Amino acid sequence: MKNIGVAIVALFALCCFSLFVGVQEVSITDWWQESQNTDLFLISRIPRTLAVVLTGASLAVSGAVMQMLARNNFVEPSSVGTAQSAALGILLVTLLYPASPLIVKMIVAAATAMIGMAVFLAMISRLPVTSPLLVPLVGLIFAGIVEALTVFIAFQTDMLQFQGTWMSGEFSGILRGRYELLWLCGGLAILTYVVADQFTIIGMGKDASINLGLNYKQVVILGLFILALSTSLIVVTVGMIPFVGLVVPNIARRMMGDNLRASLPWVAVLGALLVLTCDLIGRLVHFPYEIPVGTVLGVIGSFVFLYLLYARPAHAR
Amino acid sequence: MQDQPMHAKKLIIMSMLLALACIAFMIIGAKGSWGFLLVFRGTKLLALLLVSVAISVATLLFQTISGNRILTPSIMGFDALYLLVQTLLVFILGGFTYVALDGQLKFLAEVGVMLFAATLLFTTIMGKGQQDLHRMVLVGIIFGVLFRSLAGFLQRIIDPNDFAILQGASFAQFSSVDKELLGVSILLVSGCCIVIWRLRHTLDVIALGRNNAINLGVSYERTSFIVLVLVATLVSVSTALVGPVAFFGLLVTSLAHFIMNTHRHSVLLPASILIAAVILVTGQTAFERILKSQSTLSVTVEFFGGLLFLLLLFRGKMK
Repeated sequence: MKNIGVAIVALFALCCFSLFVGVQEVSITDWWQESQNTDLFLISRIPRTLAVVLTGASLAVSGAVMQMLARNNFVEPSSVGTAQSAALGILLVTLLYPASPLIVKMIVAAATAMIGMAVFLAMISRLPVTSPLLVPLVGLIFAGIVEALTVFIAFQTDMLQFQGTWMSGEFSGILRGRYELLWLCGGLAILTYVVADQFTIIGMGKDASINLGLNYKQVVILGLFILALSTSLIVVTVGMIPFVGLVVPNIARRMMGDNLRASLPWVAVLGALLVLTCDLIGRLVHFPYEIPVGTVLGVIGSFVFLYLLYARPAHAR
Repeated sequence: MQDQPMHAKKLIIMSMLLALACIAFMIIGAKGSWGFLLVFRGTKLLALLLVSVAISVATLLFQTISGNRILTPSIMGFDALYLLVQTLLVFILGGFTYVALDGQLKFLAEVGVMLFAATLLFTTIMGKGQQDLHRMVLVGIIFGVLFRSLAGFLQRIIDPNDFAILQGASFAQFSSVDKELLGVSILLVSGCCIVIWRLRHTLDVIALGRNNAINLGVSYERTSFIVLVLVATLVSVSTALVGPVAFFGLLVTSLAHFIMNTHRHSVLLPASILIAAVILVTGQTAFERILKSQSTLSVTVEFFGGLLFLLLLFRGKMK
């Protein structure tokens, strides 16, 4: 189970399977003979599968970084208000400057996500270290408050439908030309891998980091930047997807320990596998209709999370 | 006991406030024939009052049996559980025959299943020992997420023609109340209230904690089971009428404790009911008639309730 090659092969196999799932019948044996199939694959199937893999990997990696920055294993960007803050930013910029290009909306969303994360981290720095479960609790409520604010503004401005599209993430609308931003997420995940050792040290706490000669502030700001950017990219492109960043790093940690550089490839591959599996479930359960991947993950992820809450190793209690 | 006149005075002031709020609700912006208006606004007002009673009493009782002032049934996933029960019944009993049933009958069936499920959930969460409160709350919240996702998942599978219930109602709507259920709701709520009023002194003892209550000769297990059944019923009523409300109950009970400064249920119960009713009726009047915006009241209440919850968490009131 420690061999990452096996996981990558499994992911690749699942990707190939994913290419053949859809309303348009494509026979597995002679799919290259029809020219319209080529279009179908290039415009819809391949982009969708790529988007799922990139999103899954990026969500899981973001969760792992968030857990290092907050020094708590039960947080992720969408459970502590970061994703909700990004959604608030998109809503505000759409209301104030409807004509602004996507890149401007992205920057605003990343900025609000950053503010939301800073507020959360400032709040939890005042919490007693003795109660680790208070951190995700405060995060959940904070996320709820930001969401209530967003819903309120959306309600007053008749944007509720628009706002609802980011609340439950799904990949059904992904086509060529609509997902390319997610490649940036992939780039950010690679950047995370490059500086993984520094994040591992950050996870030991401020004093330990400074004693080891790390520029603590700089690394934290880099982490915030990576998280804000990849979270808002995902919210803009596919919407909020819960639990991936929460569950996957915890499973990887059980396998590989706390060293981020060692566990990060696993985190990325497992994240992609999890989201792809859930997307396939969502596509197949009620064929030809789809169930949003966010809903499927809400069911599966909360189950796994409940297990993690009750089955923590004794030394971590 | 010397502060009893004080309590009475406060309750009378609150009742007057409520009366004023109700009058304002009935007459502000009234156009058209009074015969129509009285019935139309009267039903709305009645529903608001019913929901106030259901939410405040359920929250207060739940806090009493869990021995904790920060937990509420909705934070522990009860509202979401009711929505899931509703969806499950449609899903299992095959949409058409079940949906065609009379609304009141369906509602009673839902309450029945809900009683069973809520008791199971409560004993699961609480049974793990109350020493780790943060874990308990977190588990409750995640159970809520699980139920909501499951309900959403099933709703996607059920034929949409069968399922015209609360689809996509992720937050409560105080302006559009299910009027069909008013009659049966009145019966259920008043029944619960009678039982609770007779139990009020026993509840004071229960609030002292399990060991003390047993030492003082209260049959703790039996009473808390009865209370749990009542809580589940009241949550079903309020969720069926307006949808899930996360923090409203917490807001109300905290205010009641703050204003009344007592542990006696005979004071706390009427106080929280009055506070809930004043907030809902005034809020609905303001939002509906003056600000001309529908159903944002619940979002506003949630926002402030959430802030209060954070404040309570930070002040270490998690006892």
